[in-house]
Amino acid sequence: MIGIVGYGSYVPCFRIKAEHIARQWGNDPTAVKKGLLLEEKTVPGMDEDTITISVAAARYALQRAGIDPQEIGAVYIGSESHPYAVKPSGTVLADALGIGPEVHVADFEFACKAGSEAMFVAYSHVRSGVMKYALGVGADTSQGAPNDALEYTASAGGAAFIMGTERVVAEILATTSYTSDTADFWRREHQFYPQHTGRFTGDPAYFRHVLGASRALLEKSGYKPEDFRYAIFHMPNGKFPLRAGQILGFTREQLEPGWIVPYMGNTYSGSSPTGLAATLDVAQPDDLIFMVSFGSGAGSDGFIFKVTERINEVRDKAPTFQDMLQRHRIHLNYAEYAKYREKIIMNS
Amino acid sequence: MREVAVIGTGMTKFGELWEQSFRDLFVEAALAAVADAGVDHIDSMLIGTMSGGLFVGQEHVGSLMADYLGMTPIPATRVESACASSGAAFRQAFIEVASGMSDIVLAGGVEKMNDGADVTYALSTAADQEYEVFHGITFPGLYAMIARAHMHRFGTTREQLARVAVKNHQNGARNPKAQFPMKVTIDQVLNSSLVADPLRLLDCSPVTDGAAAVILCPLEMARKFTPNPVKVIGTGQASDSIALHSRADLTVLNAVRRAGENAYKMAGIGPADIHLAEVHDCFTIAEICAIEALGFVEKGQGGKAYDSGLTALDGKIPVNTSGGLKSKGHPVGATGVAQIIEICDQLRGVCDERQVKNARIGLAQNMGGSGGSATVHILQAV
Amino acid sequence: MPSPRYTREIPQRFRLEAARCQGCKNIQFPPRRVCPECGGREFAPMRLKETGTIATYTIIHVAPDQFAVETPYAVGIVDMDDGVKLMCQITDCTPDELEIGRKVELVFRRVQREGPSGLICYGYKARLVRD
Repeated sequence: MIGIVGYGSYVPCFRIKAEHIARQWGNDPTAVKKGLLLEEKTVPGMDEDTITISVAAARYALQRAGIDPQEIGAVYIGSESHPYAVKPSGTVLADALGIGPEVHVADFEFACKAGSEAMFVAYSHVRSGVMKYALGVGADTSQGAPNDALEYTASAGGAAFIMGTERVVAEILATTSYTSDTADFWRREHQFYPQHTGRFTGDPAYFRHVLGASRALLEKSGYKPEDFRYAIFHMPNGKFPLRAGQILGFTREQLEPGWIVPYMGNTYSGSSPTGLAATLDVAQPDDLIFMVSFGSGAGSDGFIFKVTERINEVRDKAPTFQDMLQRHRIHLNYAEYAKYREKIIMNS
Repeated sequence: MREVAVIGTGMTKFGELWEQSFRDLFVEAALAAVADAGVDHIDSMLIGTMSGGLFVGQEHVGSLMADYLGMTPIPATRVESACASSGAAFRQAFIEVASGMSDIVLAGGVEKMNDGADVTYALSTAADQEYEVFHGITFPGLYAMIARAHMHRFGTTREQLARVAVKNHQNGARNPKAQFPMKVTIDQVLNSSLVADPLRLLDCSPVTDGAAAVILCPLEMARKFTPNPVKVIGTGQASDSIALHSRADLTVLNAVRRAGENAYKMAGIGPADIHLAEVHDCFTIAEICAIEALGFVEKGQGGKAYDSGLTALDGKIPVNTSGGLKSKGHPVGATGVAQIIEICDQLRGVCDERQVKNARIGLAQNMGGSGGSATVHILQAV
Repeated sequence: MPSPRYTREIPQRFRLEAARCQGCKNIQFPPRRVCPECGGREFAPMRLKETGTIATYTIIHVAPDQFAVETPYAVGIVDMDDGVKLMCQITDCTPDELEIGRKVELVFRRVQREGPSGLICYGYKARLVRD
């Protein structure tokens, strides 16, 4: 049996409400919230970044896995907001957790699906037998351009998954990936904010790849939507994942625990991985879970998980997603948000 | 060991002295001390400065000053102990004379803080770089943490801290050398801007340029030079961990306590015999902790002393008649010797409007960093 | 923050590696060669537990350059459950929530950066334990 041995997510404590952003730009808060199905998003603290978020999530994953970190053979962080342009994030995570020095490390980038790619590669290393455990993390602190639709949703957070062959909590039954060169959203070097193509990000990008991967995964595995207890799709806003689910034949109930975007926002590479972690927090043994990510550029990774008995032993060994989402929140106004997100021009 | 006396003193005004360079300042103070002593040569020089290097890019200070005073080739040594640099220089000078190694020794201190250096960074080098400064602490922050612990444990109040500043400014208003010779009120202190909660701007000593120097010689030789020498009857110096979190008790300045004990023991007296003291009030809380460590009040009772006026100019034990670091100024490396000069002036009876009556025995306490080092000197009129 | 000095402290800043004196059992953090309590020279490596209580704290309003944009921020001395004290920032809180005696846990955060082109330095900060 090969699959997730330990998992963890991380939610920063700062928030900004969609209505504060709307008022800043003279938009109608009600219309915005209704259009995006989003109330507020997380904001990284001034001392947080993709690396610190990865360390927090990975520590929780390690607590649940209950293994010696020295047995982890690879550490991969997928993000589109790695703190350095050149210098790996993964090495900081490895040293922070006491992994290595005999460990494979590389950083992944594929817009919002860098995290699920890191999970897939970690799983593959374990499946191929070259190592006992491997860690894949998706985390981001991405920026949304001021007065742009993405400013409402671009948020911070992440989730970490230790893959292995022993002490499995959720077995991986099938995987797939569906990719094409579709430039719906990108960021050139030295640009602070990304570019996106408006409505082109919908059907030709998100839906083509999410549905493509989903259908391939269902066909490959022989399962039907009703076989699954839960499903998670990448969440650029509240509406897209619900629509994808609906098109494929999943019910709203199946999506519920993993549909974290209304109070979290879109944590980019952390989005569907955190949705998965939130789902594992409530799943029961034998539950089947369907997960499909999406990264602009574009592609989707799909996974089918089957939860084992061990989930009930590990769930409470670390904070749950809802725990962190609800326990302690500090709301910022737009000026504080702009300061935190370094949108204010300073002398360097 | 021979008995040692101070036979001459000299200091610059303390303040933002734009016209004077690092070497200008020390030369002025040293020449004034030499003139006051009436000596025609110096055997050796000890100069305290915390960081000529970080403030003005200048090390090799001993020889630089010997050269600019026209005194080469005498031995000249820079002594460093953060803000206790010249207290430590004075002690080394005392030892050199007491041991018989030299007869006429100049001990001084100088700091030039306003030449555009990153003052916060330079001062922070007195703290633990990797385990204090790395985390974003500042000097006011360290003392603010001491203040908060002291307030929590002993009930010391914000008003009591403010009274330290009020008293010192009242004294400094009578000191022509002071940087800020103006009175302040409790309200002004309490309403000044926050620097590190609970310490406010008027709880903090300023950034200052200045220099101070004294001449020491054996007591038996002193009357050749001056009708009123001042005898050094006790010297003490002690170390402690420079990191605040490594101290045994956050509210006790143990280095001050130990240095004081050593000085009292050598002088054969106790705290009750001291008529006045200059203590290191880099921040108001430091004065409160210092008078406790020196045994002028019981542990934890330092704050209350400021409700009763114990340390006022007309109090039982006047503290910081010069205005203290707060009002007089704190050119870091010069402060130790400047404190000793105030005691000498008080013992010689030349302090005019801030003169303490019948001052016979005085104490000067100098301290480095957040209490990592301390010197205590006890002087007696002869 | 020069790289060699930063890299050398990683075991302490990332993993809280400390040393227990074999003579008097007191813990030194960071580890050192001579025990300040008993003068002993033999130590056993260990890692600190991540929890403690606030021994004292302050809120910095006037900060050094690399921290200037973060003011006001809290710095405290934490009485770690293992018995050592250490200094660090207290994060994810508002100033009015701080009290001597409150429980904290250490978390991994970015402590400082050398401007826009220099090193990013990570380490421990304290966070209030909230039930």
